[in-house]
Amino acid sequence: MSNETTAGADRRDVLVYAVFLAAGAILPARAQAVGRRHVVIVDKMAFGPSPTGVKAGDTVTWTNRDIVRHTATARNGTFDVDLPPGASASAVMRRAGVVAYYCRYHPAMRSEISVGA
Amino acid sequence: MFKSFVFAGALALAPLAGAYAQSTAPSDPQIAHIAYTAGQLDIEAAEQALAKSMNTEVRAFAETMKRDHTAVNQQAMALLQRLKVTPEANPTSTALSQSAATERQRLAGLSGMAFDRAYIDNEVAYHRTVNEALRGTLIPGAQNPELKALLERGLALFQEHQAHAEQLARSHVQ
Repeated sequence: MSNETTAGADRRDVLVYAVFLAAGAILPARAQAVGRRHVVIVDKMAFGPSPTGVKAGDTVTWTNRDIVRHTATARNGTFDVDLPPGASASAVMRRAGVVAYYCRYHPAMRSEISVGA
Repeated sequence: MFKSFVFAGALALAPLAGAYAQSTAPSDPQIAHIAYTAGQLDIEAAEQALAKSMNTEVRAFAETMKRDHTAVNQQAMALLQRLKVTPEANPTSTALSQSAATERQRLAGLSGMAFDRAYIDNEVAYHRTVNEALRGTLIPGAQNPELKALLERGLALFQEHQAHAEQLARSHVQ
């Protein structure tokens, strides 16, 4: 870096800026507008409290703090997330409405997420 | 028919309830042995069901019993090794093992829907009895707080298993 001329360094900086600008123009708007992330803790055979303020396009992440494997499986088929002990996994809430879900291994484990428009 | 199976199952597990008429409460090594044995016996019952049952829901239940109790017992062994506690065989866990062996022998003579009903009915009775023991004796009696915490996780697990077995029993009652 110290061996370059000032002019060379300026040209490289301009090129870097140009690449970022071009990427911003080319990438679809969806990839740039990231939805919010919400967390549900799974522990002791239960889904933790459901997040509030979830909007369509947001991501819900389940973190399994239990010692047995669980799933978070939507009754309407829109997500089926595998949760080995200690693992986290996510699903995007694509549609507005109330999504009821359960654990495929433990039918008494049930919850729901209200997704706003 | 359902009621008589549950009664028979509960009788077979009487040693678990009866042991707590003894004057001295079980020690942590004895509690650990009872809890570990209870899980291990449910794994063996599940393996028999997976060898014999042709019902999807019963098989899924048995897979879950095997998966869950294997995980809990692995956690239990890791904890006991870390605490340097050796599980201690005792009359309660011996009686539990003997009852389970008798039940397994009875189920071995059954097949098809008769096996499924008997397996699920026994799972209901078994989980109810073990849960009472966990709540009434094993958890209150555990001295080590980490052992107590693991037993409490075990109770949450067994309670869900009990609910699951009861749901299956209702849908299978003819």
